[in-house]
Amino acid sequence: MASWVEIIVACFLLLGGIFMFVGSLGLVRLPDLYTRLHGPTKATTLGIAGILLASSIMFSIKNGGLSVHEWLITLFLLITAPVTANMLAKTALHHDVKMLSRSRGHELMEPARHRYGPEGASENTKSGTESNNSKLP
Amino acid sequence: MLSWAIAAVAVLICAALMMNLWRLIIGPSVQDRILALDTMYINSIALIVLYGIHTGTSMYFEAALMIAMLGFVSTSALCKYLLRGDIIE
Repeated sequence: MASWVEIIVACFLLLGGIFMFVGSLGLVRLPDLYTRLHGPTKATTLGIAGILLASSIMFSIKNGGLSVHEWLITLFLLITAPVTANMLAKTALHHDVKMLSRSRGHELMEPARHRYGPEGASENTKSGTESNNSKLP
Repeated sequence: MLSWAIAAVAVLICAALMMNLWRLIIGPSVQDRILALDTMYINSIALIVLYGIHTGTSMYFEAALMIAMLGFVSTSALCKYLLRGDIIE
C-alpha cells in the first residue's frame, strides 16, 4: 500500500481516536446529567465517524472498489445517537434528576415533566397541559 | 506509520472505555449508567473496527453493525422501561 494512503488513514484514525477520548472525558468530567449527555452524543459520534471513514478509505484502496459497510454503520449511529439522547433526557426529566443551579430553563422543567407523568398519567394530563400552556412562551 | 497510529488510537479508546466504566460504577443516577453503557457500546464498535484495520480483513463489520443495532435497541428499551414501567404496552 502506498505511503500517502497510510498517512491519510492514520490522520483520520488519530482524529477519530482523539474525539472519542474527548467524548468520554466529557462523560466523566462534566457536572450534571444534562451536560453529560453532550459528550457521548456529539464528540463520540464524530469520533466513530472518523474511524469508520479511515477504515472505508483503507479497504476501498486495498480491495479496489468502494467499501460501503462502514458508511452503513456511520449512518446508523448518526441517526440513533440523537434519539438516544432525547430519550435519556426525557427519562431524566420524569425521574426528576437535578439540574445545575446555574443552568437555564428551570421553570420549564416542571411542565415538561407533568406532560406525561410516569404515575397517574390520566389525572395529571389536564393540569399538566394547563400549566404547560401558561408557562411556555 | 499506520501501525503507530493504530497503537495510539487503541490506547486512546481503551482509556475512554476505562472512563466509561468509571462513570458506570459511580454514576449517581440510573440515566448516567445507561448513558455510560451506550458510550461503551460505541467505543467497542470503534475497537472492533480498529482490529479489522489491523488484521486487514473486512470480516468484522457485520459484528460491529450488530453491536450498533443491539446497543440502540437495548438503550431505548431501558429508557422505555424507566419512563413507562413497561417495555411493550
